[in-house]
Amino acid sequence: MNLETPIAVAIHDLTVAYNHKPVLWDIDLEIPEGVLMAIVGPNGAGKSTLIKSILGIQKPLAGSVLIYDQPFSKQRKKVAYVPQKGSVDWDFPTTALDVVLMGTYGSLGWFKRPGLNEKKAALEALEQMGMLDFRDRQISELSGGQQQRIFLARALVQQAEIYFMDEPLQGVDATTEKAIIKILKLLSSKGKTVVVVHHDLQTVPEYFDWVTFLNVKKIATGPVKHIFNDDNLTKTYGINYKVSLQTK
Amino acid sequence: MNLQHYFQQLSTDYTLLIITLGTGILGGLCGFLGSFAVLKKQSLLGDAISHAALPGICLAFLIAGVKDTHWLLLGALVSGIIGTVWIQGIVSRTYLKQDTALGLILSLFFGFGLLLLTFIQKMDNANQAGLDKYLFGQAATLMAQDVQIMLWVSLISLFAVLLFWKEFKILLFDIEYAKTIGLPTKYIDIFLTSLIVLVIVMGLQTVGVVLMSALILAPAAAARQWTNKLWIMVLLATLFGALSGISGTALSASFSQMPTGPVIVLSASVIVLFSFIFSPKRGILMREIRFRKSRRAIKLNKALSLMYRIASKHENVLVPHGKRMLNDFKGYSNVIFKKLERQGLINYRQNSWSLTEKGFEKASNLYNQLGKDE
Amino acid sequence: MNNAQIEIQLIAALVAAACALPGTFLVLRKMALITDAISHAILPGIVLGFFITHDLNAPLLIVMATLTGVLTVFLVSYTQKTGLVKEDTAIGLIFPALFSIGVIMIALRANDVHLDVDAVLLGEIAFAPFDRLVWLGVDVGPKSMWVVGTVLFISVLLLNFFFKELKLSTFDSGLSASLGFSPVLLHYGLMTLTSVTTVVSFEAVGAILVVAMMIAPAATAYLLTKDLRKMLFLSAFFGVLSAIAGYWLAHFLDASIAGSITTILGMLFLGVYLFSHKKGWIAVWYQQKQQKLEVSLITFLLHIHNHDLASERHIRHLREHINWHDVTANAVLKLAQKNNFISIENGLVSLTDKGLAFTKQAITYIMDNHTEGIESMKQKFFLFRG
Repeated sequence: MNLETPIAVAIHDLTVAYNHKPVLWDIDLEIPEGVLMAIVGPNGAGKSTLIKSILGIQKPLAGSVLIYDQPFSKQRKKVAYVPQKGSVDWDFPTTALDVVLMGTYGSLGWFKRPGLNEKKAALEALEQMGMLDFRDRQISELSGGQQQRIFLARALVQQAEIYFMDEPLQGVDATTEKAIIKILKLLSSKGKTVVVVHHDLQTVPEYFDWVTFLNVKKIATGPVKHIFNDDNLTKTYGINYKVSLQTK
Repeated sequence: MNLQHYFQQLSTDYTLLIITLGTGILGGLCGFLGSFAVLKKQSLLGDAISHAALPGICLAFLIAGVKDTHWLLLGALVSGIIGTVWIQGIVSRTYLKQDTALGLILSLFFGFGLLLLTFIQKMDNANQAGLDKYLFGQAATLMAQDVQIMLWVSLISLFAVLLFWKEFKILLFDIEYAKTIGLPTKYIDIFLTSLIVLVIVMGLQTVGVVLMSALILAPAAAARQWTNKLWIMVLLATLFGALSGISGTALSASFSQMPTGPVIVLSASVIVLFSFIFSPKRGILMREIRFRKSRRAIKLNKALSLMYRIASKHENVLVPHGKRMLNDFKGYSNVIFKKLERQGLINYRQNSWSLTEKGFEKASNLYNQLGKDE
Repeated sequence: MNNAQIEIQLIAALVAAACALPGTFLVLRKMALITDAISHAILPGIVLGFFITHDLNAPLLIVMATLTGVLTVFLVSYTQKTGLVKEDTAIGLIFPALFSIGVIMIALRANDVHLDVDAVLLGEIAFAPFDRLVWLGVDVGPKSMWVVGTVLFISVLLLNFFFKELKLSTFDSGLSASLGFSPVLLHYGLMTLTSVTTVVSFEAVGAILVVAMMIAPAATAYLLTKDLRKMLFLSAFFGVLSAIAGYWLAHFLDASIAGSITTILGMLFLGVYLFSHKKGWIAVWYQQKQQKLEVSLITFLLHIHNHDLASERHIRHLREHINWHDVTANAVLKLAQKNNFISIENGLVSLTDKGLAFTKQAITYIMDNHTEGIESMKQKFFLFRG
């Protein structure tokens, strides 16, 4: 990264608390454009909360978030979000294609319906995720990995600049994991910014080029090859946390 | 009067026509908006709202002094909304749970309404007669004016749902996502809930406080079983609702003393029961059949792969074997042998079996696959 | 007060106490709405029993209606298990259907049966003293008094026997099951008790107000105590209190007794809901506000601690960077100053020694994820709360 790289997301003094329970404290974080970034940290570190407060789902107690120098509410179309798997109603009467089409709702605005162009984009996204054959399935009839791919397809349809994903690799099969990582790297190579809440520390160096350590406070952020080390891991996960780093 | 008589009467008897029209429209509207209530996981909110409307009806009467449908509707609406808001308040501000909040509002408001109702009944006011019809509802009191209101509300609801279709859909399916694309989820939610409250309140006169919630739930719950598409579900629920309404009226008009409200609800319940059992994809019957089929298939496959294991120990895999060891050890019955033979997978004689070539091929595929899984 | 008046109050009080006991467990087990289902769905059982016995207090009728109640619970949980509909939809589908069957049964035989749907739904306790129990030729009081009394006696007895098991299965069903107390058995036991109580109470207060008698006293007690024993006593007390007060309200207004009892229950709940010092609306509102301000304060202190730059520590910064409204910002500043956490010079905020100590300790708590420690820390450092 050189100095001219624009800042995609700038978080300043962000604090979030659920009632009296503090979840994020005084976070200052800048995410440069084009990085493929993992957010890592122990359970309850506030990883999901960080993403949710960037996206305005969770109201912060203090601080500000800027997306390309403007508040999120003015930059919605530049941002796509893949929520954690639990947040939707799986028994809802809707098909895979339907869900992907929802990705176009934001740019359509009020009252307009998705038309031929939107449908074409949705089918393309499905194909990209290898899910074209499943387009008419009700979503609860898909496997966990397939469901995740559908939600990734929905984000792709949004044609965003910045992608936020909340544990997209949680509990998915190996094929899905490969497919998702391939897409993430593709997005990154096109200059998009991708931010992923990630659990598996072993795969961080392989999958990502940028990392943020988070445990209520921000511990460190930067290129994986510079800061993904035992020192930061210990600071984040507690005493003497060691992970044998595999370098490929 | 019997059913046939009812349909003959329909063309000549204006009152009967109005009532049929009214219950039909009401049922359809309930199914239409009920679909959203059910998907919003607010099935029992309807029950609470309908009960909570009673004090509003009584207070509106006390204030207005006359039994004017518009006034009573307004009173019911206001008190229904107060009940809904209070339920949210109890859940968010105290540690009491949703179910307790619903039960509380439902019974406390109703009790207060009952106090007012009995108070009114003791007053010297000839107008009050028929106020208690709101408890059980009485379709016979439906007048052209009421049906007109229903039509207006239906049109408004239809228009609103068509206009906000995709907003409603995404709100119900994935509220967090709806927030990120900038939808004012709170206001959409309030708007949708208000529509549902409106239709509940409107139906009280016909179906009554006690049974109103069922008319909201049942058509939608039945419709859900037949489709995985939201618009088809809404359409079906509307149809089911209208059907329940009309058949309820027809039945209660055909047999004397049959109360309309309960018959409408029972008609809807029958549709639900039928859907639960016979829906081709989700129904209990088909599920049971599929379950049995797959269990049988597993049994056959298990038998076949065991045979393969025995047969593949011999040079000539198609050589016959005694069936005793299979029978004794695994309890495979003759039925299984016969089924396998019918599929052309084995040759079966009185005391022995042998794999056919087709059977051997299938079994070896199966065996390899099973091996992989293990 | 004449004899009938005393008897009515006694019956009402017995009904209230009998309902409050199972009601407490239902509220705690998040099953409050099952009472709504049971109280409506027993109608066909009652009607059928009445066709046979012609007596609302006949043992056969009580048994049949109770079985209908248990059947309802079973049907609801079966429907939930099929996964065809969401959980509470199952309740909403089952009981109206059964209730409708009951109403139609009554309507079809209206001519030869004196059973009024209104009476079943709304109850009329004023008539209860007319149905007397005569034993060995002696009038020993109204029948329903004895019936409700017996049910109350049995529930108190059962409660004493199974208090430990019920308590455990209510608060930790997993542990309870692993200790060998069958949750299914306890569940259906409780459901049977609920059904019986509903059956013997509906004549007095009606099907809908039974729900109020079960839930409202328990919910009111729940806002006042966390102790199960206390909660049981309190809800029985609230029930009996409302029963007697409700009777007199009805007397003066010349209105429905059941409606009046419920209205009193409602006012009791409303009062406690608003004013309970720990869990009431006002208390919770105040606590949430206080918590928010105090968390804001800690945020602010941490921020000052983290940044040495003058621009980050300027008072104006509070408004611009931390993104607070003036009101919040002023309140936080004031609270910090009152507690001697900060000093302000030329608009620049710095931590005092005390503020520094507080902040450092807060950071260790936060980093170790021991956020509950912050509460005790507040006790130690705060002169004034938010």
